[in-house]
Amino acid sequence: MKKNTKLALNIFCLALLAAFLWWAQDNLNGYKVQVLNLVAVNAILAISLNLIYGFTGMFSLGHAGFMAIGAYVSAILILPAAQKEMMYILEPIIWPFSVMHAPFFVSVLAGGAVAAAFGLLIALPVLRLGGDYLGIATLGFAEIIRVIFTNITPITNGALGLKGIPGYANLGWNYFWCVVTFYVIIKLLSSNFGNCLRAIRDDEVAARAMGINTFKCKAISFAIGAFFAGVGGALQGSLITTIDPKMFNFQLTYNILMIVVVGGLGSVTGSMVGAVVITVLLEWLRFVEDTMTFGSFEIAGIPGMRMVIFSIALLFIILYRREGMIGGYEFSWDSVAKRFGKKGDA
Amino acid sequence: MADVILKTENLTIKFGGLTAVSDFNMEAVQGRITSLIGPNGAGKTTLFNIITGFYKPTSGRVIFDGEDITGKKPHDVCKAGIARTFQNIRLFAGGTVLQNVMTACWIRQKLPWWAAPLMLPTYCREEREIREKSMTLLESVGLSSLAGEVATGLPYGAQRRLEIARALATEPKFLLLDEPAAGMNPQESGELMDFIRQIRDQFKLTILLIEHDMKVVMGVSEYIRVLDYGMLIAEGTPDEIRSNPKVIEAYLGKGAAANA
Repeated sequence: MKKNTKLALNIFCLALLAAFLWWAQDNLNGYKVQVLNLVAVNAILAISLNLIYGFTGMFSLGHAGFMAIGAYVSAILILPAAQKEMMYILEPIIWPFSVMHAPFFVSVLAGGAVAAAFGLLIALPVLRLGGDYLGIATLGFAEIIRVIFTNITPITNGALGLKGIPGYANLGWNYFWCVVTFYVIIKLLSSNFGNCLRAIRDDEVAARAMGINTFKCKAISFAIGAFFAGVGGALQGSLITTIDPKMFNFQLTYNILMIVVVGGLGSVTGSMVGAVVITVLLEWLRFVEDTMTFGSFEIAGIPGMRMVIFSIALLFIILYRREGMIGGYEFSWDSVAKRFGKKGDA
Repeated sequence: MADVILKTENLTIKFGGLTAVSDFNMEAVQGRITSLIGPNGAGKTTLFNIITGFYKPTSGRVIFDGEDITGKKPHDVCKAGIARTFQNIRLFAGGTVLQNVMTACWIRQKLPWWAAPLMLPTYCREEREIREKSMTLLESVGLSSLAGEVATGLPYGAQRRLEIARALATEPKFLLLDEPAAGMNPQESGELMDFIRQIRDQFKLTILLIEHDMKVVMGVSEYIRVLDYGMLIAEGTPDEIRSNPKVIEAYLGKGAAANA
């Protein structure tokens, strides 16, 4: 298929998405709009984790930590000074955090940048570890971040968290960042740098022998993943307008990991599909937690039943379809053209 | 000799109480195909790992092209111009044949990773050049028709050739081949000998190979070094090695040497 045709198709799809969001903003109820928002945020988080785990082969469980960093940095930057003063009742907020202010776009960017900086910082010691050890170390990192944020009260307001964060993260912003994430990561992965990352995943020894500075490449991949995790955290903070350290526990990382694994490790398309399916199902399945009546028989609702169903589903996926829903498949216009039997000249 | 490209000086490596390579001296002459032979566990692959930077020697130096490369990281050694293949084929399993070769071109790529998302025209051009260079390489090893196949799905001999093509993509001056003929039938190993000579001439390489298949060793090497228990026990032309009693002893035991 010709390059210009692909570009046109991409622009057409983006326009279609924009039109749908435009329509959804006015015609769907608040609940459905919120689900759409969460789909975008979860897609950002899943794609960034997939870059780290699925493509570079680094088993990282630190995503909640990076999200927390992004969310707090962004929230402190967009909260009005007066509200910050009012909210910090345990200990007053210290300068310069009390007067810092930035537009939403800059604050999200800053959240991502700080998360990426922390990503690099922990990459230096922990990326020497491999496999499961890396998972444990990054899990520890996320917990450390959570404990630190609970305790640096003059900056984070401690366990009370931040409330009344301006809800700038509407459909437009969320999907804008989602498209940015998608674009950047797809471009990276389809370049030769992406080949290097996959090479490291497939055989690190061979990658080193072929002259790839594996440590540097892994650190870059980890930092990019952390950046977009920070972006996702920042958006989520603004989306639900309140954050506290308890929110960023392991459950959050688990949810993202579930999307990545269910969608398919090493497939950006998979993460996208996974984000849609899991986010929608997580909401839709809420009915299983309600009280149910079968004729005269009544079952009291069990909170947490959703997660049981998800865990069982995950178990079956791991047992019978390890490559995830999408597998290693990656969407491309060429493969679409092939399927519909058109003659494309790539 | 002025045209010595790689030199090791008193190379020794110890793993705990075991001395895997002991006081090893060698000089590799530019453009020559040298074989390294010896019984299993003699320290041949260990020597490869020292030269390519995977192991740091306990003592001694490796001089490549007039530069001391002892203890350098594998990617720096590769950048200096040494490439290798592995005893048990190590291809990038998830990638296609073409991607395997392209990955190895990364080391000679000038633009950094962040040029990719920016879609700089210079980056697109560089990527295109790399693709073309990789295809040319695949053509020269006779794999260009399989460029889109998954690398690990190729037949064994083709995988070996692909691994060599991948090593060549790093633009080496010195190529280390670790048992390239392992698992090949006589016809394939015959082709391999021609192939080794062909790439040596085409890419102006110096080649050091480890091999157990004596037909290949005697057929392709211009010089042979024999290693036993980490020590160099003999060196010379194939004819000299064939009749060297020490070598026969190392391979067949003492009595055999007396009868020979």
